[in-house]
Amino acid sequence: MKSTLKKLGYNRVHKQMNDVFLKYTAKVVFLVIITFSINLFFSGHYTPGGGFVGGLLAAGAIILLLLAYDLKTLRKMLPIDDKRTITLGLAISFIIPVLLMFFGTPLFTHQYTYLQLPVFGEVPLHTAVIFDVGVYITVAGTTLLIITLLASEQFMSDAEGADKE
Amino acid sequence: MEILIIVLAGLLIGASVYLMLSKSLLRIILGTGILSHGILLMLLTMGGLKRGGIPVLDDSVQQYTDPLPQAMLLTVIVITFALTAYMLVVAIRVYRELGTDDVEQLKGVPREDD
Amino acid sequence: MTLIHFAILLPVIAAVGIGILYRFYKKIHLGWFVLPIPAVITVYLATLIPAVSNNQVIYETMQFMPRVGMNFDVYIDGLSLLFAILIAGIGTLVVLYSIGYLSQQEKLGNFYVYLLIFMTAMLGVVLNDNVLMLYLFWELTSISSFLLIAYWFTRERSIYGAQKSMLITMFGGFLMLGGFIILSLITDTYSIRGMIEQVPAIQEDPMTMLAIVLILFGAFTKSAQFPFYIWLPDAMEAPTPVSAYLHSATMVKAGLYLVARFTPLFAFSELWVWSILGVGLITLVWAAFNAIKQDDLKAVLAFSTVSQLGLIMSLLGAGALAVQTGAAEGLFTVAVVAAVFHLINHATFKGALFMIIGIVDHETGTRSLKKLGGLMTIMPISFTMTLITSLSMAGIPPFNGFLSKELFLEAMFALREADFSVLADVSVLFPLLAIVGSIFTFVYSIILIRGIFMGKQMPATPKKPQEAPALMLISPMILTILVVVFGLFPNILSGSIIDPAAMSILNTSEPLNTEIYHWHGWDSPALWSTIAIIAAGTLMYLFRDVWKPVYRLGTDAFTLNYLYDQGLIYSRLGAERITDGYMTGYIRSYLIYIFGAFVIFSLITLINTDISFDWGVTAPIALPEMLIILIILAAVAAMLITRSRMVSIIMFSTIGFSLSLLFVFFRAVDLALTQLAVEAITTALFLLAFFHLPKRSRHEEHRRFKLNNLMISAAVGIVATVIGLAAYSNRLFDSISQFYIDNVYDLAAGGNMVNVILVDFRGLDTLFETLVFGIAGLGVFVLLKLRVNKEGENKYEEHP
Repeated sequence: MKSTLKKLGYNRVHKQMNDVFLKYTAKVVFLVIITFSINLFFSGHYTPGGGFVGGLLAAGAIILLLLAYDLKTLRKMLPIDDKRTITLGLAISFIIPVLLMFFGTPLFTHQYTYLQLPVFGEVPLHTAVIFDVGVYITVAGTTLLIITLLASEQFMSDAEGADKE
Repeated sequence: MEILIIVLAGLLIGASVYLMLSKSLLRIILGTGILSHGILLMLLTMGGLKRGGIPVLDDSVQQYTDPLPQAMLLTVIVITFALTAYMLVVAIRVYRELGTDDVEQLKGVPREDD
Repeated sequence: MTLIHFAILLPVIAAVGIGILYRFYKKIHLGWFVLPIPAVITVYLATLIPAVSNNQVIYETMQFMPRVGMNFDVYIDGLSLLFAILIAGIGTLVVLYSIGYLSQQEKLGNFYVYLLIFMTAMLGVVLNDNVLMLYLFWELTSISSFLLIAYWFTRERSIYGAQKSMLITMFGGFLMLGGFIILSLITDTYSIRGMIEQVPAIQEDPMTMLAIVLILFGAFTKSAQFPFYIWLPDAMEAPTPVSAYLHSATMVKAGLYLVARFTPLFAFSELWVWSILGVGLITLVWAAFNAIKQDDLKAVLAFSTVSQLGLIMSLLGAGALAVQTGAAEGLFTVAVVAAVFHLINHATFKGALFMIIGIVDHETGTRSLKKLGGLMTIMPISFTMTLITSLSMAGIPPFNGFLSKELFLEAMFALREADFSVLADVSVLFPLLAIVGSIFTFVYSIILIRGIFMGKQMPATPKKPQEAPALMLISPMILTILVVVFGLFPNILSGSIIDPAAMSILNTSEPLNTEIYHWHGWDSPALWSTIAIIAAGTLMYLFRDVWKPVYRLGTDAFTLNYLYDQGLIYSRLGAERITDGYMTGYIRSYLIYIFGAFVIFSLITLINTDISFDWGVTAPIALPEMLIILIILAAVAAMLITRSRMVSIIMFSTIGFSLSLLFVFFRAVDLALTQLAVEAITTALFLLAFFHLPKRSRHEEHRRFKLNNLMISAAVGIVATVIGLAAYSNRLFDSISQFYIDNVYDLAAGGNMVNVILVDFRGLDTLFETLVFGIAGLGVFVLLKLRVNKEGENKYEEHP
């Protein structure tokens, strides 16, 4: 935390003093939202939630960081190419139904089993959840890609003075 | 309740058409957003409203609200977001390349292969 | 999922690994990793030969989409096993050959991935019993062929050839699907075996004629029959291993497979027999005639392939008569045996010839007959192989081509005995056309040998010629040895492979006990025809300068290629004219078309339908809900009136958030959550886009303009409301929701019905929805980042 502060705001510290609170809060809230999003995702099979909401919330959390910091810092914190993320997500959700055919059942017949774990007790294992991981990643990746692209455009148009009126 | 919501949905659809027929690109985009809101409400109502518990399995609940429209509409919401984002960016690009967002003036840009 | 399914899908599964491997490891030629795949499949298929030649049939099913009748039913009898072994076997040799042919500078990853996809597609076509799956794999072969022809995609000829082959074969394939659908409507099954059991029903149905025509379109386009053959010469732009594999040995034979497979179904039809016989013979003569005038070696082979395909096609047509008369009579059974035998022989000698031409091209740098000559002493091994395979193609004893050509001539002479109801007097034409075609075949075979290897050595070759490396010679060598072995001992094939295949074409279980002889006695008409062919062919070759001006008689204006090109140009022009007719260029016009059509058609339907508005019990209205509805109404009103873009965006968000509250009241928790998240992100999106859009949100609008809009929107709104009310109060079908509610735990082991429907029951919808979502994201990326720079190239900007 301190080191990022130094890197980011050392020169402009008097200008952006009140940003410190925003940034700190953003980080805490980010963690809260991400945890909530993962919780929503995993409980999605039994209680409200699922890949779509989870992915959107995860993207929302990262957008919060984007608003508190700026794009460059965000890229440093999360050095991921969103296009790769989308590819990964789509690959997961496309491979699962194909793999499922190896069980000798028609396309999209999910398999499930229950596992006895020491702490958690009976835990269901479900291939539908893996499929949902693909959905989660795709939704989060795409949303982030769109938002970060527009945010990066903002820098460019500031430089160009694109407002033509 | 259902009748009221259907009329509300009809109103939203009508308003969205009015917005979409206007000249400004931003209003057209907002119009499509409203249109999808109207259709969301309309389709949700088709399964009946407040007919039972939330569609999550529970031994104490006898009757559930229709889960099928909800599942279909969930995808509608997400796709609408993608659509809105895409159209916004088209609008931005159009404005940057041509310097106007008036759709009446967008006509007449010659094709490149002519 | 059984072993045989795995064998069919193995190439595609391996293709994923091969593609990834190529990205990270380039030291060893990629072909070495690909080679084991077809080799293993060949060995596996060969182990099935004993069972199949004992008249057993292998049938394995795998459910794919059982509800629509689309199952992956593998069905192996003699016919499909023959094709499958050809595909896998030649595939192995072609991969081996390509290791020498393609240098490591080429994009090997693309090449082998496409090739592996093709292997799966082709195996899928020939081993399938379900017509829908057959169509699926059929089109997959067209697509992979398209990709392989356009392998050198920077060359204009490659793109032209690829597009041409795709347009023509897909056109035929699509018509074929129509034929399949008609058949399945008649017989109520998608299984080919099931259809064959119902031949009497098919025979009586008047739609059968249409089905025959449509299916023949598919077969003729794929197998490059007259007049659709024009795509094959242009497909020669592909790398030579591809030409040897797809456009000579396997893919173009898919049409033959289709005809053979459907022979038991349609043999009763005169239309079937006549069109196949006629088209086959015309193709044989016309393509052989055209092969002589070609200068490019691959073009010679392309036309020769077309002509040989026509030969086999005509034999299958004659073979259908055997089904009519009963296989026991044996008169036309010889045609079926000849077809199967020639199919094998053609794969061996033509595959070898393509590979040798590839070697010549590779080592001298040219394929033009004018620039080649006298290579006999420099490339002795290639010369020997060309000599053997070309003579086999020409029908000279003792090679295998001679044997099948004798059988072919015999079958054509037998046609004179056939009891035809129509055209009885012209039956003498069949042997005549066969002999004429064979003479042309003889001539171009000799041209191949003499033009490349004999005569004076030409100094003008771009590269200094030398014998090819051993790696490239192995594959054609194996094929040439097969040509000789099959020529000397044809009966090693007849019991194990030819008979089972012929029996499945004839749909009989009586053993044929075929014996193929070199010598049929002095009174055999085939013998005298062969002697006549050799004599006439030699004369025509010697005096070719005298009669060659014949080729200059035709004009360019009426060739099929000209028609194809003009057709492309005019269909584009026509489409443009139609489009320009209603595309005014204003979004508003299009929206008015859409909404106008919506209103008008809905009104017509509503007026003509008997609807009662009776909504029974409705849910009570609570105060908070009323409040939210009022908020939404106010926000909509504000949006319509305001001129400020900020206000409209805030009002838009208000509507969205209110909606999510409504969802909570309506017990739609998942919807409410998603709507909330989406609304938050959408608002952020609009605010970000704010900077890039003009400050003014509205343009001056005339009163009449507004009034028009108001009328249209009011009409749409009212019609939508009426439709909603009508739909709500009239239920034509029972709701299917109860199924999901009942089975959410038993079938899917889940609790949240909405999510279980999304990821399990309707998983395919969700899958493609995420795909659409991802594509939208990439679309946004392209729209924002793609710029045309000054050189006219597309360029992406990097992040700032």
